[in-house]
Amino acid sequence: MRRSSVLPGFGVSAAITSLVVTSLIIIPLSVLILRAASLGPAEFLEAAWTPRARAAYAVSLGASLVAAAISSVCGLLVAWVLVRIDFPGRRLLDALVDVPLALPTAVAGLVYSTLYVEKGWLGRFLVPLGIHGAYSWLGIVLVLVFVSLPFAIRVVQPVLESLDRDSEEAARMLGASRVQTFLQVIFPAIFPAVLTGFALALARALGEYGSVVFISGNMPFKTEIAPVLIVSRLEEFAYAEATAIAVVLLAMSVSLLVIVNWLQQRVANNSQ
Amino acid sequence: MPKPTITSANPLTHRLLVAAAVGIVGLLIVVPLTSVFAEAFAEGPAAWWRALAHDPDTRHAIWLSLTVAPIAVAINTVFGIAAAWLVSRFRFPGRSLLITLCDVPFSVSPVVAGLALVLIFGRQGLLGPTLATLGWKVIFSWPGLVLATTFVTLPLVVRELIPVMEAIGPEEELAAVSLGASGWQVFSRVTLPNIRWALLHGIVLANARAMGEFGAVYVVSGHIAGATDTMPLRVEKLFQEYRTPASMAVASVLAGLALVTLVAKFVIERRLEAEARELEAARSLPDTIDGSSTPPDAGPHTSTHGPIA
Repeated sequence: MRRSSVLPGFGVSAAITSLVVTSLIIIPLSVLILRAASLGPAEFLEAAWTPRARAAYAVSLGASLVAAAISSVCGLLVAWVLVRIDFPGRRLLDALVDVPLALPTAVAGLVYSTLYVEKGWLGRFLVPLGIHGAYSWLGIVLVLVFVSLPFAIRVVQPVLESLDRDSEEAARMLGASRVQTFLQVIFPAIFPAVLTGFALALARALGEYGSVVFISGNMPFKTEIAPVLIVSRLEEFAYAEATAIAVVLLAMSVSLLVIVNWLQQRVANNSQ
Repeated sequence: MPKPTITSANPLTHRLLVAAAVGIVGLLIVVPLTSVFAEAFAEGPAAWWRALAHDPDTRHAIWLSLTVAPIAVAINTVFGIAAAWLVSRFRFPGRSLLITLCDVPFSVSPVVAGLALVLIFGRQGLLGPTLATLGWKVIFSWPGLVLATTFVTLPLVVRELIPVMEAIGPEEELAAVSLGASGWQVFSRVTLPNIRWALLHGIVLANARAMGEFGAVYVVSGHIAGATDTMPLRVEKLFQEYRTPASMAVASVLAGLALVTLVAKFVIERRLEAEARELEAARSLPDTIDGSSTPPDAGPHTSTHGPIA
C-alpha cells in the first residue's frame, strides 16, 4: 500500500522527514497546547482574557485586517500593472516586490521607525500634518503592509497571467464598458486568488513581531500587539499567561491556514 | 507582451496605473531600502566600519549569525530533499497531512514557536532540567537559536522542491533503477542534477530568512550581548541603547545581504523558467507527432515556484 514505486529511499527519507517534523513541529506545538490545557478552563480564561490581552488581540487583529486589506488592494494594482502593461523598468519593479521577503523584519522596523519620526525623511512632511507614522497604530499598519505586500502580489500575479483574454474581448465587443468588464468578467475570475492573498497577508501580519516591536512603541492597551505581550509575559516568567495568549494566537493562525488551504483548492479547481 | 487589442485601456489610464504601482513600491520598499544605506553611511565609510568591526559585541553577533544560519540551512536542505522525495515519489497514508505540516511554520507566529521551544528546553520546561544535569543548555544558547531558526525556515526548501519534482516525474529515476543504479547513484546522478536550481532557490531563500529571523530567535536567545545576540537582535539592542547609527550599520549589512539574495534569486529563477520550458517542450514532443498538440503559445508559462517564498 505504502509504495506504489520501485524507487529506493522510502525508508531513509521517511525517517528523516518524520524525525524533523515530529521534533520541530508536532512535539513543540503539542507541548504548547497541553501546557495551556493543563491550566483548566477558568485559569485559562483568566490568563488569556485579561483586559490587557483583549486589547492586544484587538490591536493585532485590527491592524492585521487593515494591513491585509491595503496589501490586497495595492497588490492587485501592482500585479495588474506587472502583468498587463509593458513599460521600461517592469522587470526591476517585479524584482523589487520581493524585497520584503528577503529584508530582515528587524531592519524594516528600524528603518520605518526612523523614516516616520519628526526628523525622518517622511516624518518631516507628515508629522506637521498630524500624521504620526512612528510609535502609533498607523506605524503598525505600515510595517505590516510592508511585510505582507509580496504575498498579496505573488498570489494574484500568476492567476492574472493565465486569465483567458477571449471572454474579456467578447464582453468589450458586446458593449460592456471597461469598468463593467473588470467588475463582471475579470474580478470574478481572480477573486479567489485575491482572497487567498488576503488570507496569506493576514496570517503573515498576525504573527509578525520583529518589525512591529521597533515602530509601535508597545504601549499596553494602545499599540501592544499579541506577540509583544507574549514576550513581555515571558520576560516576567509568567509562563502560564504567555502560553495561554500564544494558544489564542495559534488558534487564529490555524483557522487562517485552514481557510487558505480551502481557498487554494478552490483556485486549483477553478483553473482546471 | 500585451498587444494593442480592444481590451487594452488607453495610454493615459496605463500611465496612471504604472505611476500608482511605482508609487506604492517606491514609498513602501524603495525609500526605506535607500534610507538604510543613507543612514548607515551618513558619517562616512570609516564610521560605518568602526561601528561594525570595533565593537566586540557586534563582531560576535555577525559571527554567530554566520554560524547559526548555515547550520539551520543545512538541516533544511537535508529535510527538504527527503520530504520532497517522499511526497513526490511515493503514495502513503498521511501524505497530505505531511504536506500541511510542512507549511505550519508559515502560519505560526515566530514568537509562539520560540515559546514552544522554551516550554520544552527552558529551565522550567519538560526536558530543561534533565538536559541541565547533563550540562547541555539549549535555551539562552546557540542550539536554541539553531532550533528556532530551523523551525521558521522549514517550509522554504521543501516547497521549492515538491512542485519541481512532481513536474519532472519519476521516469528518469525509474530508468536508472532498472539499469541497476544504486539509491545514491540515482540521487546524485539523476535527481540532483534535475533539481539543482530549485534546490539552490530554496537554499537562498532559507538562508535569507535564517539570517534575518527575529521573533523566534528573540524568545529563545535571552539576548545576551556577546553571547547569544545574532545580527538582527544586535540591531534591536543598539537601537534600544539609542545608538541608532551603529544599529543602522548592522542593518545595512543585513540589507546588503538581502539585495545579494534577490540578485541570486533573480538569476536562479531565469534558469528555473528555462528548464521548465525545456521540460514542457520535451513533453509536447510526442503529442506533436500524433497531431494532438496544443500550439506553443497556448498559454503563458506559470512559474513552478509558489508565491509563499
